[in-house]
Amino acid sequence: MTSELWSENLKPGEHWSGVLRRGTSLRITALEAGANVAAMMYNYESLLERYNLADTLKAQHTAFLTAGCVCYSDMGRILCSITADSCGWHDTLCGLSDASMVAEKFGAGRFQERRNEFYRNGRDSMLNELGKYGLGKRDLIANINFFSRVSADQRGALRFDRQHCRAGDHVELRFEMHTLLVLSTCPHPLDPEAQYRPRPVGLRAWFSGTAPVQDPCRQRCEENERGFRNTERMFLA
Amino acid sequence: MNAGPDTAAVLRDQVVAAGEPWMGTVAAGQLLRIVDLEGNQAVDTLFYNARNTEERYSAVDTIRAQGNIYLTTGSALRSNLGATMLTIVEDNCGRHDTLGGACSAESNTVRYALDKRHMHSCRDNFLLALGHHDCGMDKRDLPGNINFFMNVPVTPDGGLEFADGISAAGRYVQLRAHMDVLVLISNCPQLNNPCNAYNPTPIQILIRAAG
Repeated sequence: MTSELWSENLKPGEHWSGVLRRGTSLRITALEAGANVAAMMYNYESLLERYNLADTLKAQHTAFLTAGCVCYSDMGRILCSITADSCGWHDTLCGLSDASMVAEKFGAGRFQERRNEFYRNGRDSMLNELGKYGLGKRDLIANINFFSRVSADQRGALRFDRQHCRAGDHVELRFEMHTLLVLSTCPHPLDPEAQYRPRPVGLRAWFSGTAPVQDPCRQRCEENERGFRNTERMFLA
Repeated sequence: MNAGPDTAAVLRDQVVAAGEPWMGTVAAGQLLRIVDLEGNQAVDTLFYNARNTEERYSAVDTIRAQGNIYLTTGSALRSNLGATMLTIVEDNCGRHDTLGGACSAESNTVRYALDKRHMHSCRDNFLLALGHHDCGMDKRDLPGNINFFMNVPVTPDGGLEFADGISAAGRYVQLRAHMDVLVLISNCPQLNNPCNAYNPTPIQILIRAAG
């Protein structure tokens, strides 16, 4: 991580968006245990191309994300690769919290009383950031929830793992195309914690270069080799 | 809410050929039945609020709200704004998928081979139907869909596979609409995996009056 480009910390509950160029990597760090980072991704050169949950899961025969996985767009290309992961499981299935859910669980939590510690929710946080790029409700795609683990039993019933994310856990994303990344640090919608207590998160970006020929994400499966080929074709001069 | 009498007036009764799209409207209170006529036919389906199509089916909201990844009788199909759009009131198949999404030319190149790009796909069906419908919708309006009659088991350790179907000829699912919904279907043309038992077949759509 020699050539750091920038770093910043997100406050608990903060929402964020930014562009990560092809060949840039980003480390997201849970600064306290129990963090959740909801993420949506779009091709910054054509916002109509976006992260696709089903294509990501189908190509890699998995219901969750960890190191070695890639995040597919709906166009058979790769937005980013997960090059490192200290916690082993990131949720893809459970979506975002919304205003009524947060009010029901935690109470009103208005800005008027709480100032910038007011209760935010995942969906409105995403709509807030998406609006800055001309995107809206039509663009509320199924998101990733980094640092959260929700598994399904044999009958499909969900279970949220409260002990999953430790302080200092991190995940590293290497961007394979110019990507608009939208984040919310609101709690996971199935987190049973009784208080509204989002956690702070660290971001650090550096120039890593693109995926080498010998790369664990590229070589995870034949599907990913084809996904990289589709992606690299877009950047041939 | 019960399934309502099968004797309620049939407003629409249509067979959709293998590999073709279908669009239609179901009013609040009406029943929509989808019949797997020959067995193991995936029916890729999306729902929109007919009065405001920015509100549409959301797989992740549906999964989270019911605490389960599979759809069957009793499942409330939720929108991206959290509302219940339809409820599954009858299901003699037993389990339907909402994680597998819809096949596309581009995802076929990733999943199978680069030379599979030419093959007909559900997302091409969706795009063509939206393009002809003059509803102002386009690729932005294709979120994750439901795959009726499709079997995509997820294991407790997080594995996911497209498995052989558990449906059979004549099995059906019936839904009651809680709002006026626009229905977009692709009767899946996929030939590369067992979702259609490698043999796409026709389905029947029945819409009945509110009972």
